[in-house]
Amino acid sequence: MNGVRERLASRTFSVIAVVIAVLWTTPTFGLLLSSFRPEGEIKTTGWWTTFGSPHLTLDNYGEVLFGTGNASGRLADHLVNSVVITLPSVLFPLVLAFFAAYALAWIDFKGRDALVVGIFALQIVPLQMALVPLLKLFSQGWLFLPAWDPTGPARFGHVWFAHTVFALPFAVFLLHNFLAALPRELIEAARVDGASHGTLLLRIVLPLARPALVSFAILQFIWVWNDLLVALTLSGGTADTAPMTVKLAALAGTRGNEWQRLTAGAFVSALVPVLVFFALQRHFARGLLAGSVKG
Amino acid sequence: MSFDVVAQQPKLLYLLQGIAAFTAVVGLILVALHRGPIRRRGAAALLLAPALLLLAVGLLRPGLRTLMLSFTDGEGDSWVGLDNYVWILTDPQALTALRNTLTWVVLVPVLTTVVGLLYAAAVVRSRFRALALSLLLLPMVISFVGAGLVWKFVYAYRPAGADQIGLLNQLVVALGGQPQQWLVDSPWNVLFLIVTMVWTQAGFAAVLLAGAIAGVPREMTEAARLDGASPRQIFWRITLPSIRPTLLVVVLAELIATFKAFDVVKTMTGGQFDTGVLAYEMYDQAFRYGQTGRGAALAVLLFVLVTPVVVYQVRAQRGAR
Amino acid sequence: MRFGARLALAVITFVATVTACGAPHGSGPQSRTATDCGPYARYGEHAGTRVSVYGPDRDREADLFEETWADFAQCTGIDVQYEGDGEFEARIQIRAEGGNAPDVAFFPQPGLLERFARASRLKPASAGLAALAKRGWSADWNGYATVDGTLYGTPLVANVKSFVWYSPKFFRDRRLTVPRTWSELMDVTEKVAASGVKPWCAGVESGEATGWPLTDWIEDVLLRQQGPDVYDQWVTHKIPFNDPRVLRAMDTVGSILKNDRYANGGYGPAKSMASISYQEAGTPILPGDCAMHRQASFYAEQWPKGTEIGPDKDVFAFLLPGTDATSRPVLGGGVFAAAFADRPEVRAFQEYLATADFARARMKKGPFVSANKGVDPANAANPVDKLAMQLLQDPRTQFRFDGSDQMPAAVGAGAFWKGAVDWIGGKSTRQVADSIERSWPSH
Repeated sequence: MNGVRERLASRTFSVIAVVIAVLWTTPTFGLLLSSFRPEGEIKTTGWWTTFGSPHLTLDNYGEVLFGTGNASGRLADHLVNSVVITLPSVLFPLVLAFFAAYALAWIDFKGRDALVVGIFALQIVPLQMALVPLLKLFSQGWLFLPAWDPTGPARFGHVWFAHTVFALPFAVFLLHNFLAALPRELIEAARVDGASHGTLLLRIVLPLARPALVSFAILQFIWVWNDLLVALTLSGGTADTAPMTVKLAALAGTRGNEWQRLTAGAFVSALVPVLVFFALQRHFARGLLAGSVKG
Repeated sequence: MSFDVVAQQPKLLYLLQGIAAFTAVVGLILVALHRGPIRRRGAAALLLAPALLLLAVGLLRPGLRTLMLSFTDGEGDSWVGLDNYVWILTDPQALTALRNTLTWVVLVPVLTTVVGLLYAAAVVRSRFRALALSLLLLPMVISFVGAGLVWKFVYAYRPAGADQIGLLNQLVVALGGQPQQWLVDSPWNVLFLIVTMVWTQAGFAAVLLAGAIAGVPREMTEAARLDGASPRQIFWRITLPSIRPTLLVVVLAELIATFKAFDVVKTMTGGQFDTGVLAYEMYDQAFRYGQTGRGAALAVLLFVLVTPVVVYQVRAQRGAR
Repeated sequence: MRFGARLALAVITFVATVTACGAPHGSGPQSRTATDCGPYARYGEHAGTRVSVYGPDRDREADLFEETWADFAQCTGIDVQYEGDGEFEARIQIRAEGGNAPDVAFFPQPGLLERFARASRLKPASAGLAALAKRGWSADWNGYATVDGTLYGTPLVANVKSFVWYSPKFFRDRRLTVPRTWSELMDVTEKVAASGVKPWCAGVESGEATGWPLTDWIEDVLLRQQGPDVYDQWVTHKIPFNDPRVLRAMDTVGSILKNDRYANGGYGPAKSMASISYQEAGTPILPGDCAMHRQASFYAEQWPKGTEIGPDKDVFAFLLPGTDATSRPVLGGGVFAAAFADRPEVRAFQEYLATADFARARMKKGPFVSANKGVDPANAANPVDKLAMQLLQDPRTQFRFDGSDQMPAAVGAGAFWKGAVDWIGGKSTRQVADSIERSWPSH
């Protein structure tokens, strides 16, 4: 009796899983298939009709990659820009947030709790509202900080700065959750042995925190790579500094009529994060999990 | 494709310089931590300083400025007292955005968590767990803009009689119905946007919850099974209570994400057809309409609405420790 | 650690590969064939300077601009850096406030230009530019870039919105003639409807700007029914948005577009307009599922590839008629170039954009309409652009600029668009006009 019920339940679960998986992948699949269809057909018939009369083309991708659009054929430039923007924008907040999270989780000092709440709360300041003050800071300076208005590749600095700042609250939040859940005895033991905070941080906490660090790095990588708002506002829009997303947004055409290109563009742009994600997804899950299980 | 190698070198050089400079700063902090009789407070200050400085300059200051602007007029140069807040509570458009936001924050976290939980529970013992979870996470990787595009395509409308190009209308027509303008007809269009949001978020929830479920000690479920509990009972009485902390994290994280949701509305309807939400209305007012004060007031309202969530989250954590 | 090392290695390899696989440096824009720099001598030498230009045009339109001023840039030594952005309207605000404004911006709306002029962010035009503006454009046109008596920029692009696109063959087959008065237009409408074809097609979906084709319709009809004076009063809010005369214009539009017998040809019920993108809205004209589509001159670029434009070709356009055959009200729009900086090289570039030479050179590259009086309409790339230019230069034309582009953005780019969409969805004229009136900012 029990066995039958169990099998039934597990079958129900399997059915649910399959239904959800299908619901979650079909729309993407439809768009992916559409991106290989000729412009005229995308706009007149459903993508499922392709199975009846397959008529696929790489035209849309050709247009996106090698088209005669504005600053044409420079997608490779923008790809390099995306890489140059993304690496520091992942690394900087990762390290700084790790330091901060360590201090908040393992050093007792007055006002610590208030600080934790404060940093969490900053998650809600809308990016859009922060852009103008940030631009002002760069162009005019603030208090003791001088104006910082470079040209050429140094403009990447602005983008790194912005991404680092915007990532910090969530990074501190995630890493603090994780670090605070580490076994207290481990750290106390090391402390009794007379280890400095430097040693603790590097030798004991860092190896333990690796899963959380990897998870954050992946999330931040995806976020920065896909970002359009910060890039458009701060990177200056030319092939010197603008990332792929900016270039692809421009491909939609002035009057937004070239959206078959957008379809192809979306997949071109998603290719790198998808590859990174699939390469690292095992680590991704592990990091997020480890943090919350004990949380 | 013309590609200029020489033009790339300054960029890469700058990248190296940037990373080198950053490494130097980090190195200094670590050296300072190792050397000298640093007391607790000193160590904490040293570790927190860079992050706090950046946050103060990049987020705290803008936050305070926004608060100030919310009491000023369109150009942000003369005081209008509480006018902007009165406007939020009386303008039909702002009220619609407020109502929609409340609908979003109720439905998105709940639906996301339910879908994530069901899926996680179903695949957690499967051999294909990693692959299965990745399928659900894919929407997050292709970005909100990509997700908006995907669903705009699903909801696409063609009049009755013509070939449908949207999957949903094709299904409706195949079942003998009339094609609908899913994104146009209020108030149901709000639900169709919510579906898109849930679609992008469910993977995240599923991954977290799958991890939590996997972490439930096997002895506990085995013991219950030997006592004759059905799988459903085990799920409700043992699994669910054990993963409560994670559930809380998921729901709260989704709440915050939902309050800030902006891209989905922007790419799919542009706030038309009564689908605006606070985060989007704020952007419209502050930047497209040049009504800085109203935009700022909406931002402050968002902040006020989210603060209890954040406080609750921190409290819950304290309690768990 | 091992994992991190592997990742780092992968990234380095990737970067190295990307860096190494390109062609060697060589053919830049510098090494083009020599151009005749004679015409550009008067702008002076500005070697080593740079002018940043920011505008809403992307893709092909951006290319055409860049190609047009390439010679100017080469001869004067100015490095003109153009950046096109689909969200120009929102981001110009962020950039200007943040002290990161471009040198020159292309404003698609006089209202937006006015906002930055009032905030003292724009630089007034130089004497030289003002002289060029006076020579090139009518007082009306210069007026759109003038705030409190000061000229801030010059018209760059123009378009005529009062066009009705149709298929000459469809009209010929049914012995219809192009209407010259409003009542003739309604006769044609009724005849087509009686033959079982919905005469009008329209589509208003346009992303965040959804609704704008409807506001153009309403403005066009108001201009025809009440004349330019009432139109101006309405645009400047001297009469309320929900004035009875405006309601009447809206109801006239409603009698066509909200009427299931007259619209939406090729697409079904009138309500379907909200889901049909404005780009595809006119296409049912080609198979004969719809007879007329009211849309601007720039719709010429939306027809499927291979569609020919002309009085005896696949499609053509006529001017939306006035109440009688003699009146010639024309609704139009345009883009204005204004500067946030007044360095000599910025001035030189601005003056170049204000010449008829620039407009002519641009028109040779592709579809383009200029309101510059010194440009021969014969330069136009297609017959509709030519017609548009003739109308703009005709002294009998009563030209009025798109009203929603001049209203405060909260109305013109917000409540009016949204209200128009609600209206087509079934809300009453009164209800919609009242709510738009309420949204008018008080300060």
